[in-house]
Amino acid sequence: MTSATYDTKYAIETRNMHIYYGAFRAVKDVSFGIERNKITALIGPSGCGKSTVLRSFNRMNDLIPGARTEGEVLYHGQNLYAPDVDAVQVRREIGMVFQKPNPFPKSIYDNIAYGPRINGWKGSKAEMDELVERALRGAALWDEVKDDLKKSGLALSGGQQQRLCIARALAVEPEMILMDEPCSALDPISTLKIEELMFELRQNYTIVIVTHNMQQAARASDYTAFFLMDKDDRAGQLIEYDTTSNIFQNPKDKRTEEYISGRFG
Amino acid sequence: MADQVQASAQRAIAAQRAERVVDLRKRPRIGESIIQTTLFACGFISIFTTIGIVFVLFEESLAFFADPAVTLVEFFTNTVWQPRIEQFGILPLVNATLMVAFIAMGVALPLGLGTAIYLSEYASERARAILKPVIELLAGIPTVVYGYFALTFVTPILRGVFGQDVVSVYNVMSAGLVVGVLITPIVATLSEDALSAVPGRLRQASFGLGATRWETAIRIVVPAALSGILAASIVAMSRAIGETMVVALAAGASPNLTWNPFEPAETMTGHIARISGGDLSYGSIDYKSIFAIGLVLFFITLGLNIASRQIVRRFREVYD
Ligand SMILES: Nc1ncnc2c1ncn2[C@@H]1O[C@H](COP(=O)(O)OP(=O)(O)OP(=O)(O)O)[C@@H](O)[C@H]1O
Ligand SMILES: [Mg+2]
Repeated sequence: MTSATYDTKYAIETRNMHIYYGAFRAVKDVSFGIERNKITALIGPSGCGKSTVLRSFNRMNDLIPGARTEGEVLYHGQNLYAPDVDAVQVRREIGMVFQKPNPFPKSIYDNIAYGPRINGWKGSKAEMDELVERALRGAALWDEVKDDLKKSGLALSGGQQQRLCIARALAVEPEMILMDEPCSALDPISTLKIEELMFELRQNYTIVIVTHNMQQAARASDYTAFFLMDKDDRAGQLIEYDTTSNIFQNPKDKRTEEYISGRFG
Repeated sequence: MADQVQASAQRAIAAQRAERVVDLRKRPRIGESIIQTTLFACGFISIFTTIGIVFVLFEESLAFFADPAVTLVEFFTNTVWQPRIEQFGILPLVNATLMVAFIAMGVALPLGLGTAIYLSEYASERARAILKPVIELLAGIPTVVYGYFALTFVTPILRGVFGQDVVSVYNVMSAGLVVGVLITPIVATLSEDALSAVPGRLRQASFGLGATRWETAIRIVVPAALSGILAASIVAMSRAIGETMVVALAAGASPNLTWNPFEPAETMTGHIARISGGDLSYGSIDYKSIFAIGLVLFFITLGLNIASRQIVRRFREVYD
């Protein structure tokens, strides 16, 4: 069971990844693998490159002019940055949830149906209804909105909007879901709901989450990766990567310990 | 000891403060009043001018309709406009105006919206920096140049393509196409403003779901900017309706009720320009008729303006 190759063991694996914004190297030499069907938290002080690393997993950095990735990011044995890989295709496999809820100014239903539709979905109306319901249930939002699917997505509360965004990501049936500080704009109750949701989603998806909230990382993730900016060239580095309990209970690197105990960052 | 000295000094200061005479009465500020009056006058002059124009339009139009040769009903239903034989039916003029405007919109909407989408969704910083000024330059070309362009460039092409006997020398199509080019910058720049105002996080969300640039532009950004695009179209439409020089030069000088865009026809503005350019005797019925046409034009553009405001207010998406 554990004898599988790297390619199948990890949902995604980076090898000597460097990410540049123009001439500035924001992330250097990151090599690690994200475990399948687990929740992996990326933590570290502001500006250390967590979002940059997260976005490299589904090539969202491509949208930033001047951004460039070196090294390999392997997904199902393919380098996502190989010249013949289509970024659009990658994003259909690996979905994303953003820091600030960003529903489309469309109805709840159309927000969810958007992804399948652009992916060439060819089913009946009834099948789409079913898909929408499944996605909303998956994001633990169905009961709150089932009577009003025609309502604008913008008319929901912040926490509901974020769950709508998760449902929207689920509807394209990705393998992985990336979340960049998905709870930072939410109240504690909504935050707990999203965390519970992550635990449920873990059965079917691999989840990577960026968070500034140490308690959240500690209680809601299986693995934790700690990043820190190199003092000399200001490039973000992976300092330590381990199970969450190891990172929080007996970190091997002094800098990790200092960070999680709140001594710097 | 030092403490005591300090404490008594503080008490003294406090006492002084309490006794200080504070004068809070209003002071005359002459400069401020002058500026306020001047600014008010500036605002008032533009309002006054508008009121003046509308007043003149109404007054002369009333005089026109008071003439026994015309009635209000006839004005709006008669299909012949021949002042010489006292036939004053505005329909041929309105029809020509609308034909020009619709042909123009047929050109300007796809061209302008396409340009706007390119600029806001595809163009690099550099391409944008070059293209935007060029488009604005296009809007600065005097309309008489466009008129000559229609007459000496577009019309010959139309006649070459569709046949000399199908397309008249003066025709609505040529004028409409060129007015379309003329209003394209309006559609393009105003729509681009609307598209650029759509928050970037909606695009991110769409790309994140595996949408292409085109899918994102057409299915997310354009619908989110729809109110602005509609408003831009209406502004462009009223510009097309009001455009005079191109139609005066290229569309012909015969008020002609026709659906055939290859025939000559005369728009409301074209007619006003021709009649006022000729020697009109002040107070004649011809002279008064152009004010009635002007009033109709005024109401059409006013209506469009109100419609565009309503659309912007009603359909604007509010993102916190
Ligand atoms: N679009 C960009 N263009 C240029 N530089 C960028 C861009 N985005 C991020 N950077 C730089 O890359 C580095 C890493 O940024 P990143 O956003 O990944 O950090 P982060 O760890 O997510 O920080 P935070 O916790 O504040 O979100 C920073 O130095 C930042 O200034
Ligand atoms: Mg970040």
